[in-house]
Amino acid sequence: MKRGLPGWAQRLRVTLWTLIVPPATWAVHFLFAYLWAAINCAKVGRFATFPTLFVAGTVAALLVILASGWIAWQQSRVPGDPAPHEESTDIDRLRFLAKSTLLLSGLSFVAVIFTALPVVFIGDCR
Amino acid sequence: MRQAAVSVGLLAFLSGCNRHQSALATFGAEAEGIRTITIALVVGAVFIIAIMVGIYWRAVRAPEGQLTHKQGMRLVLWLGGIGPTILLTVILIFALPAMRPRVTAPGDLTIHVEGEQFWWRVGYERPGGGVLVAANEVRVPVGRTVAFELTGRDVIHSFWIPGLAGKMDMIPGRTNSLVARADKPGRYRGVCTEFCGLSHALMAFDVIAMEPAAFYAWLADQSRPAAGARQGQGAQLFAANGCGGCHAIRGTEHDARIGPDLSRYGDRLTLGAGILPPTIERTADFIRAPQDAKPGVRMPAYPQLSHQEARAIAVYLKGLK
Repeated sequence: MKRGLPGWAQRLRVTLWTLIVPPATWAVHFLFAYLWAAINCAKVGRFATFPTLFVAGTVAALLVILASGWIAWQQSRVPGDPAPHEESTDIDRLRFLAKSTLLLSGLSFVAVIFTALPVVFIGDCR
Repeated sequence: MRQAAVSVGLLAFLSGCNRHQSALATFGAEAEGIRTITIALVVGAVFIIAIMVGIYWRAVRAPEGQLTHKQGMRLVLWLGGIGPTILLTVILIFALPAMRPRVTAPGDLTIHVEGEQFWWRVGYERPGGGVLVAANEVRVPVGRTVAFELTGRDVIHSFWIPGLAGKMDMIPGRTNSLVARADKPGRYRGVCTEFCGLSHALMAFDVIAMEPAAFYAWLADQSRPAAGARQGQGAQLFAANGCGGCHAIRGTEHDARIGPDLSRYGDRLTLGAGILPPTIERTADFIRAPQDAKPGVRMPAYPQLSHQEARAIAVYLKGLK
C-alpha cells in the first residue's frame, strides 16, 4: 500500500448501489445516444460535423465511469485480512465489491465508446 | 471411397458460386465494401484461431510452475481483456464506414420497388417527371448513385441484389431506403430474402446494369407503348378473358395495377419473377396453370383456355417490345 493515497476514496461507503454506478452510466449514455440521434434527426434532419452535445455527454459518461473505477481501484487495495479475501468480514466484502465495480467500470468504459463510435461514424438520418 | 465422399461434400459449397448472384462476385461499390469486410474478418479469424491453438498447444505441454500466479493473471488480462478490446475497436472502426449510406443528390435516379406475393413492382422516376411502371426486372445505370425506395404490399419481403449491396426489408406501410452504385455493366440477379409464403424461393428478379446513355435511352423507349399492343387474336383473347382486370399494357384500355405490368413483356429476360425462360410455350403454360410453376401464386389458373388460345395470348405478349 503506497503512502499518501487519498484516504477519502477508501473511506467511502460501499454498497451494491455503488456497484451498479458504471453499468447504470452506460445504460443512461445508451439512452442518451438514441434520444440525441432521434431529436437531432427530427429537428435538424442531419448530424453536425462535430456533434458537440453528444461528445460532451459521452465524455461526461466516461468521466463518471473513470471516477467510479478509480475509487473502486483504491478500495480494492485496502490492506487488511490475508488473501484469498473470501471471508465474510467487512474488509473482504469491501474488496470484493470494489473489485467487481472495477471490472464493471472497465466493461462500461468500453461499452460507452462502442455505443458512441457508430453515432459519430454513421451520422446519417436515413 | 472416402475421398469421393469428401469431394462430393466440398462440391456442395461450390453450388453457391456464380457471377450473377453472389455477394463475392460484386458489381457495385456497396457489395464491394461488404466483401472486403468479410474477407478481412475471415482471414483475421483464421489468424486468431491459429494463435490460440498455438498458445494452447504450448500451455498443455509446458511443465507445471512455468508461470507464477501473477504472470498467469497478467496473461489473462492482456489476452482475455485488453487485447480483444483493442482488436474489436479496430474492427468496429474498420467496418463502420460501410454502414454509412451513400449521399444522394437531387438529380439522382430513384427506383421504387414494392414486394408482393411473389413478384416485384418496379417504378422508375423519369428525369422529366412521372414514373415508369415495370415488373420483375431492375435496370440501373452504371457509375450513378441510385436510391431504391422499398416497401411491401402484403407481407414483409426483403430486397437483395447480392452483387450490388446489402439487403433491405420491404415492410408494408413503411418505406425503407437503400442507396447503391453499380460499377460494372452486366446481367445479374436479385432475390427475396424474407420468407413471404409458398413461393418465396421462387421470387427473384433480373438486374441489368447498363451504361448511363443506354439506360436513359431504354427508359425513354419503355415509356412509349409497344407496337402491336392492340392487334391480333391474342389481344382480343387477352381482353375477352379479363386479363386486363389485373394486368396493365400501355397503349391499351388495360391499366389495372393488381398484377405485374406487361407493357413490355417481350423485352423481359425471364418469366414468373426470375424463374423461367420467357418462351412462348412456357408463357402459355404459365397462363393456363400458374400454380404449377409457382405454388401459392395469386394469379388464377385458366384451364378453360385451350392450348391454342393460351399460345395466342403468349404470342401477343411476346410481341410487346
